[in-house]
Amino acid sequence: METIELNINGRKRTVHCLANATLVEVLREQFQLTGTHVGCDTSQCGACTVHVNGDAVKACTLLAARLNDATITTIEGLAQNEASHPMQKAFNECHGLQCGFCTPGMIMSAVDLVSKGGADSPAAIREGLSGNICRCTGYQNIVAAVVQGAAEMQEQSS
Amino acid sequence: MYQFKLHNVNDVASAIDVFERSDDAVYIAGGHTLIPAMKQRLSAPEDLIDLSGIPELDLIQVDGEVLQIGAMATHAMVAASSHVQSHSPAVADLAGGIGDRQVRYKGTLGGSLANNDPAADYPAAVLALGASVVTDRRTLAADDFFIAMFETALEEGEIIQAVRFPQVDQAVYLKFPNPASRYAMVGVMLARRDQEVRVAITGAAASVFRASTFEAALSENFAVSSIEDLTLAPDTLNADMHASAEYRAHLCKVLIERAIRAMSAG
Repeated sequence: METIELNINGRKRTVHCLANATLVEVLREQFQLTGTHVGCDTSQCGACTVHVNGDAVKACTLLAARLNDATITTIEGLAQNEASHPMQKAFNECHGLQCGFCTPGMIMSAVDLVSKGGADSPAAIREGLSGNICRCTGYQNIVAAVVQGAAEMQEQSS
Repeated sequence: MYQFKLHNVNDVASAIDVFERSDDAVYIAGGHTLIPAMKQRLSAPEDLIDLSGIPELDLIQVDGEVLQIGAMATHAMVAASSHVQSHSPAVADLAGGIGDRQVRYKGTLGGSLANNDPAADYPAAVLALGASVVTDRRTLAADDFFIAMFETALEEGEIIQAVRFPQVDQAVYLKFPNPASRYAMVGVMLARRDQEVRVAITGAAASVFRASTFEAALSENFAVSSIEDLTLAPDTLNADMHASAEYRAHLCKVLIERAIRAMSAG
């Protein structure tokens, strides 16, 4: 059994897990943070995307035991004071989802993309979200949501 | 994934020490090839040695004319590095196009080279630019490093520490990605230094290789017209559900032509 310290959505947590536990297993099974989904479990679909130390990564392909002292943000940690994050709001308003399974990963990737300055055109957004797969929407409303979410994020930060 | 023992180490000597004392150890860098392989039980090491705790293995620095990239530098770090962008912009471009955004935050240069996936991008850069691979025990020229599919000149337990890229006059990497996996169906790196042109091709065969007839013609005269009559023999190229060997041979030439045009325009 390994013991590590994590900061998950602003709370310090001590985690006991086996060496072969992935981050997504720890988040879902030990902390009931089930907003982070497991889609393919082969690091292709992006449904498990969370932020580790500020970068969007695929939690199904990270060993939790290697992440001692890391800061983790999941979809549950995006909202501030009960108010949805601008990207969550934009996905809602633009109907950037159908079944919703890919949505947490899409939003976590989109927030990373916008905050690192990579969302300046619909083409850049499509390229930037290539690590996230949606099997329902055809991506049109997802791209529209990210365009709107990016504008609102920039407005908030200025 | 089977259970294993995870070893955290702080220096290369300790990593090698753990490796030598184990019957079945594997080093882990970004883990984006190894973890999926372990999940499928294609790989089931008893000991996993984590290289991410070793300081300075991810440094990127310019040393005279040489760009040195640490083995643990991630694709995202390489793509964003001002040292790489000014010394070898084609390497920064290549790194920024590997896999997808999430993968680029974790995947490393050293991991990519040690794995030598036939469709990986980095081997094309290392071979075309005539880089050298620095390990814990020696320095290997790119021409001696890549042996065959998933096979390199690395010995048991040998650790890549850095890659040293010499300055070239001009280089371009172009790839035709598989639209689903983003791996290169064909990737071509052209590099030019004085009159010498090197052409490395990834994705098309069992391992990255140099297209020597194209290199000779382009070193003589760097123009699309000088390769007009050349073809790449499809008999040594990969054929799979995505592309036949003939199609890959055709793609190689198309990408070489596009790279020549891009370099001539720039």
